[in-house]
Amino acid sequence: MDVILFLVFALIAVVCAINVVVQTHPISSAISLVGVMGSLAVLYLLLGAEFLAAAQVIVYAGAIMVLFVFTIMLLNAGAESKKGKSLMVQLLGVPLLVAFLALMAFYVEHLFPSNTMVHFGGFTGGGVKEIGRALFTTYLLPFEATSILILIAILGAIVLARKEMD
Amino acid sequence: MHLLNLDSFIVITVIKTVVVFAVLMTVLAYLQWVERKVIAHIQVRPGPYRVGPHGLLQPLADVIKLITKEDLIPPHVNKPLYILAPFLAITMALLSISVIPFGPKITVGGYETYMQLADLNIGVLFILAVSSMGVYGIALAGWSSNNKYSLLGGLRSSAQMISYELPMSLAIAAPLLISNTLSLRELVETQTGGIWHWNILHGPFPQVFSFIIFMIAAFAETNRVPFDLPEAENELVAGFHTEYSSMKFASFFMAEYANMITVSCMATLLFLGGWVAPWPAEYGSSYVPVAIFALAGLVALYHGFNPARRRDGFTLPAFGLIFLMIAAVFLLPMVQQWLLPLFWFCAKTGGILFGFIWIRGTLPRFRYDQLMGFTWKFLFPVAMLNLLVTAFLVALRP
Repeated sequence: MDVILFLVFALIAVVCAINVVVQTHPISSAISLVGVMGSLAVLYLLLGAEFLAAAQVIVYAGAIMVLFVFTIMLLNAGAESKKGKSLMVQLLGVPLLVAFLALMAFYVEHLFPSNTMVHFGGFTGGGVKEIGRALFTTYLLPFEATSILILIAILGAIVLARKEMD
Repeated sequence: MHLLNLDSFIVITVIKTVVVFAVLMTVLAYLQWVERKVIAHIQVRPGPYRVGPHGLLQPLADVIKLITKEDLIPPHVNKPLYILAPFLAITMALLSISVIPFGPKITVGGYETYMQLADLNIGVLFILAVSSMGVYGIALAGWSSNNKYSLLGGLRSSAQMISYELPMSLAIAAPLLISNTLSLRELVETQTGGIWHWNILHGPFPQVFSFIIFMIAAFAETNRVPFDLPEAENELVAGFHTEYSSMKFASFFMAEYANMITVSCMATLLFLGGWVAPWPAEYGSSYVPVAIFALAGLVALYHGFNPARRRDGFTLPAFGLIFLMIAAVFLLPMVQQWLLPLFWFCAKTGGILFGFIWIRGTLPRFRYDQLMGFTWKFLFPVAMLNLLVTAFLVALRP
């Protein structure tokens, strides 16, 4: 059951990810990206990281992608036309893809020990309490640094918007 | 749950799903009848009256009409997204009901089960996640219709829902701090023991402000009057669903009502103690439903014997007898264990739903800049302040 669910949602994630690149219209790409994020959330849920799954849907699929779609709708962006492939793409595209896949396979083979399997639901640190505790004890400094970074980004956005108004 | 083996667990879950789905669909249809009746009486007219006694079969007629209508797809729409949008809206709206608990643990024929479809320990986050996905249905419907009114409606709706999600989440976070759980069932269990233990009145900081902020945001999230700018008919024809007909239109309509039911259930569970009676059973709270139904039955009987209209002489006594029978059922001890919690849950949720309808009948619509200014300049800071005060007092709690 777990394996079937994993395969189904992994397939959806991959298909949606390819669709993001293939689609010519920005809205279709954005919706495919939502599909990727939703199926990733299901994969997190299968592994037992329920808080992460919910956060993934609320923050990425729910908030960030809605803003993406909103912006695309507001700008009323049309479909992009396909241009002919450049010479570099025609020559180097396939060899580079093969090289990249080979590198990835090499690193996955060597970096991850082959005798440990991922167990579905085997991850136990995914509850809200554990994540909260980890954020405010072990990872306090990165957490605070991130919040200051976000604050700076918000201030930057306000400054830019005000300049536009004057 | 450990008493069950897997087979009977699956059987019970299937039965529960069927029951909840059937009841939800009926409630969706009849909520619309209630809304039309209440608004009609606010405006001093009788409302639906022709189809069945007191228009009670009107929802059925509406369903038949919507199913048999021609399903038009205009030629200029973006077809895949145009078809996807109503499905998204209705799916996301119905999905959130699956984690709502309607009552405590009950025993049916030797099996123990919860009056809930799925008990997630992140139930609150699940509902937030699902409701944030519901925006896509409306935004995509507006965009894919390729119509300026639809586009404006979709834009307004997504901007409004993003903006009001923030004060809503902050208002939800405050009672969660007090109850110290994210599971909707445990949330109610921390509020047992009468009205002074409900989160809306319970210390260290009574969540009255959270409740008000939550309800205001809920009106905006469900696109209801006074925040129904996305479908403001005098400016935008019908807003995001202008180009939709037949069952696709009905999907949006049902999604709106299902969202209304979900937020009412959430308000009940978070602030009003869920299925807990307002005062303990030893002071006679279990006789309140009997008294209410018996009184309703007697009033109906009285009006039936002095009929104001021609057919009231037959219909009202029949309703009166039905109400009296329901009152008698509440006295049976073997059904009381699950009927009483269900009654209190439905009474609280129904009260909030009536509030939704009442406000639709009384308040005018906001202007769009007022709507956005209100949430960012007033509601959001107030919700933030409320959360901070609650957090401080919870931290100081011995």
